[in-house]
Amino acid sequence: MAAYTEEEFAEELKNQEYKFGFTSEIESDKIPAGLNEDIIRMISAKKQEPEWLLEYRLNAYSVWQEMTEPEWAHVKYKKPDFQAISYFSAPKKQYESWDDVDPEMKATMDKLGISMDEQKKLTGVAVDFVMDSVSVATSFKEKLGELGIIFCSFSEAVQDHPELVKKYLGTVVPTQDNFYAALNSAVFTDGSFCYIPKGVRCPMELSTYFRINEAGTGQFERTLVVADQGSCVSYLEGCTAPQRDENQLHAAVVELIALDDAEIKYSTVQNWFPGDKDGKGGVFNFVTKRGICHTNSKISWTQVETGSAVTWKYPSCVLKGDNSIGEFYSVAVTNNFQQADTGTKMIHLGKNTKSTIISKGISAGESQNSYRGLVQIGSRADNARNFTQCDSLLMTDKCGAHTFPYIECKNNSAKLEHEATTSKIGEDQIFYCQQRGLSEEKAIGLIVNGYCKEVLNKLPMEFAVEAQKLLAISLENSVG
Amino acid sequence: MTLTLSKKMAEFTSRLETPQNNYQQAAAERLENMDFPSTRDEYWKYTRLGKITNTAFELGTKLTKTDISSFQTCDNIITIAQGEIRDDLSSFNDLSIVVERSFPGQFGVNNVRNEEKATIFTTINDAYFREEVVITIPKNTVLSAPLQVLVLHEGDQIINMPRLRVVAEGSSEATIIMTTGCQDNYTQFSNCLIELDVAANAKLTFQNVQTGNDNHLTITTIDARQAADSRLAVNTFTLNGLLVRNNVNIAVDGQNCETHMNGMLVTKGKQHVDNHTFVDHKVSNCFSNENYKYVLDDQSTGVFNGKVIVRKDAQVINAYQNNGNILLSDQASVDSKPELEIYADDVKCSHGSTTGQLDENALFYLQTRGISKEKSEKILVGAFIGDVMETIEDEATNQYIKNHLQEVHGWDSDIEI
Amino acid sequence: MSKILIDIKNLHAEIEDEGKKILKGLNLTVKAGEVHAIMGPNGAGKSTLASVVSGKDGYEVTEGSVEMDGKDLLELDPDERAKEGLFLAFQYPVEIPGVSNINFLRTAINEIKEYRGEEAVSAKDFMSMVREKSKLVELDSKLASRAVNEGFSGGEKKRNEIFQMAMLEPKVAILDETDSGLDIDALRIVAAGVNKLRNENNAVIVITHYQRLLDYIVPDFVHVLADGKIVKTGDKSLALELEEKGYDWLTTENA
Repeated sequence: MAAYTEEEFAEELKNQEYKFGFTSEIESDKIPAGLNEDIIRMISAKKQEPEWLLEYRLNAYSVWQEMTEPEWAHVKYKKPDFQAISYFSAPKKQYESWDDVDPEMKATMDKLGISMDEQKKLTGVAVDFVMDSVSVATSFKEKLGELGIIFCSFSEAVQDHPELVKKYLGTVVPTQDNFYAALNSAVFTDGSFCYIPKGVRCPMELSTYFRINEAGTGQFERTLVVADQGSCVSYLEGCTAPQRDENQLHAAVVELIALDDAEIKYSTVQNWFPGDKDGKGGVFNFVTKRGICHTNSKISWTQVETGSAVTWKYPSCVLKGDNSIGEFYSVAVTNNFQQADTGTKMIHLGKNTKSTIISKGISAGESQNSYRGLVQIGSRADNARNFTQCDSLLMTDKCGAHTFPYIECKNNSAKLEHEATTSKIGEDQIFYCQQRGLSEEKAIGLIVNGYCKEVLNKLPMEFAVEAQKLLAISLENSVG
Repeated sequence: MTLTLSKKMAEFTSRLETPQNNYQQAAAERLENMDFPSTRDEYWKYTRLGKITNTAFELGTKLTKTDISSFQTCDNIITIAQGEIRDDLSSFNDLSIVVERSFPGQFGVNNVRNEEKATIFTTINDAYFREEVVITIPKNTVLSAPLQVLVLHEGDQIINMPRLRVVAEGSSEATIIMTTGCQDNYTQFSNCLIELDVAANAKLTFQNVQTGNDNHLTITTIDARQAADSRLAVNTFTLNGLLVRNNVNIAVDGQNCETHMNGMLVTKGKQHVDNHTFVDHKVSNCFSNENYKYVLDDQSTGVFNGKVIVRKDAQVINAYQNNGNILLSDQASVDSKPELEIYADDVKCSHGSTTGQLDENALFYLQTRGISKEKSEKILVGAFIGDVMETIEDEATNQYIKNHLQEVHGWDSDIEI
Repeated sequence: MSKILIDIKNLHAEIEDEGKKILKGLNLTVKAGEVHAIMGPNGAGKSTLASVVSGKDGYEVTEGSVEMDGKDLLELDPDERAKEGLFLAFQYPVEIPGVSNINFLRTAINEIKEYRGEEAVSAKDFMSMVREKSKLVELDSKLASRAVNEGFSGGEKKRNEIFQMAMLEPKVAILDETDSGLDIDALRIVAAGVNKLRNENNAVIVITHYQRLLDYIVPDFVHVLADGKIVKTGDKSLALELEEKGYDWLTTENA
């Protein structure tokens, strides 16, 4: 029978190309490769940073030197040569306003589907765009300013709001937290900063786009979001990188602080270059993301992960305040030779804290996709609740899907439920769809989207469509 | 022979005689490169071994108390006391089995477990065990009754190295019930190594009933291998013991196998019980199911780590894991880590883990019917562990476990489990 | 004379890998406007016939042909057969979590329309179609927005199958044991739905083990399928005879 087989589908997945793999011809200011105290001083000086921040970096550097790269994740890769990376690359020109932005760069953004002109007019989403290590444009600044909301590049925040940065930087992810966090703390170059004042509901989605452009660079951005008492914000980050044969390192740190009664929703659509179909090149995505919840607050992480050659990422919540809530919704797709070890940590410290984890992994090609998650109930966390559901879908017989949950409970009033399933995409479902007239590749798209629905529904409207498209791209060239 | 051991290991072995045969000397030499695991090791993350590693144990001497009536549950019994079989305390004439003992001197020096399977504790067993008891169930033999293997300990600061191999030959069927008996309440460490070899089309049920005493320490490693069309059940019931670590490793080497692992534990005081299971699905068309129920009271701690690997090309595997935990006291704690590693696609695997208290509504309902809170709790615990208890078909063993629940945990005899 | 919609000739099929022969030279011709019932003992190959005709994986056709409206079906993928106008009401309708019935059907209809070079249905027309057709089988319109078959009762699943049939307007519909697991009320509703969908341009093949469905969907022909072949053909009275006497007299007669 001339059926479109799963093997064919898998074959096509293999041949699918990375849509965002262009490079931009933009003149850049890039410092020589290598890492030492002088380089760190140079970065700090270039950014005209205050003394305390230089101290912070130097301290992080000395901590980092004492640390070793973690090996416990279910991934295999050649460790990056940290002396071969250039730790600072910035587009040469500085921009005063969006209108000054280099047309080449605007074109880059257009290709990424984030033309700010359009976004400005149509969607009402404020965007910060970080190219290589430097934030190049932030839109809607004035409008947000009227409400007292600060949304700017990290460097600007250091200059304009040093007291806020100093107060919160490193409070959720301390320098010594892990190898990559320490590295980031030493060399981070830019990122986004966001502060929502007391009682303010941010009227629009805040969004940052990250892009690694320059060859031989790493990207080490730092994001800090502070939601003051009773405030509310929804934040989205997107990422892309050009196609390059060598591996590029991305080691970001994201810190979220939800003060009493505040709510932060943080969504990521991660589409770094995953390497080609033979597993060559691609981004090493070693990211530390963590939020702290004070009393009655809520932090919700949503991620759609389709890119990167190797992913090592566990967006977490420290539920410190009573009645606080942590959520983690994730779709991770791996294809070809991608490897992902991703999940979350829910640390319950306060009373009546609740957490929900929904994780959907889809493995295709010869990829390895692991869920790793920790649910920890401290002895004082009375009446803590957790529900975890993690499902894995296997598309080929050469890929792997793995589940490593850690459930640690020190309080007997807790109620914890964890469920995990691993299965092949349902042949009977595909046949049923086909019998109703859907081509096999459409059927698979439909089934996979349905499979991820619980997570996709959590994305802000504007990005749910984008994420669905991205999923479709990841599974698309399945189309004959 | 002088060995360069780590400081801890040197202390630990200071009262153990250096073995006089090639096999054990080679094993002792392997200890030179080993050290006790710490909580930094992934597989010992939740279990601290201080109670074992800070003591210089000596090998158990000849038993002085030879009354086994309080431990005997089956007519057919093999008694292994202080690591050696006792013919005078064994009787299995009703069963067509072959029982042999093989001594370390008879072991070839190259008869060494591969690196993956060798742990520091199996290596200590290699270096200091007195004899291996080999029970063979001959081809096509169906045992008419279960066989009890009673492992006896006596004395203070004693280490025993019981070593047992069960060979279930082709198309045989057997149930073996291993029980622990402590002749006093002293500290004894049982470093037990069990190998189960299940041949094609054989059916073997191995019940590990851990009673011990309040100070009992044990690390029990069960390594099993299943050939095609076989069925193996390894069930573990932990009712006492201060520090208990069980490793159950099952390699499913043949197609159409069925593998069951059930576990139940009821703890009190400062007990620490850690069950590690590992099912390795190497070939296609197999089924495995795992169900562990923990009931933790007082300041006790429980650890569950269940791992299932489905190897590449091992297609059509159904593997299920379940771990349910009830914390009766606000100082009890549990760490649960069910793991799935799947490298084939035509599989149905799942795991579930739940942790909580007894259902308050059910508790209240029973109380409104005039049952005391304490008893209501026990009734609900009985129901919770009921599905694991059902896996013991042998009535005497079932009763033995219930007796223990009464003696050690103060259960009423009329509570249905 | 009405035209032939489906023409099965000397169909031999076996289970792939196992090589077990299930269909052993089956012949069946169905014309527009007709209702055929296929009855037979368990294991005769009734469901295999439905699977092979609709193109399910796992079967190998070793001999014979299946044509629909003059087109060789066996060369087509399952979705192409559906696009040509073949509909299978599943014995066990499949659950597809996260995919709403509506989204599913709309995708299906538009795929079929595209195949036929017709324009896509507008959202408005589609919705009014859903409302109209769901009444046909008394399907709660709420079910239309739920995930495909997920959490549906047995009866709801079967009604959903007929609802989909109504939406897709096939030339040939095969109802595979649609009566199994239905109580008498649900059976009546399902049968009434099918009867309303019958016309002179389409045809229905009812596969069933019991006669009772045929009280409601009255067949023009009744075929007995035994050991992979049609062993007897008659009118509706044959079904009653089978109900009374069972299948043994036929299978032994042919043995």
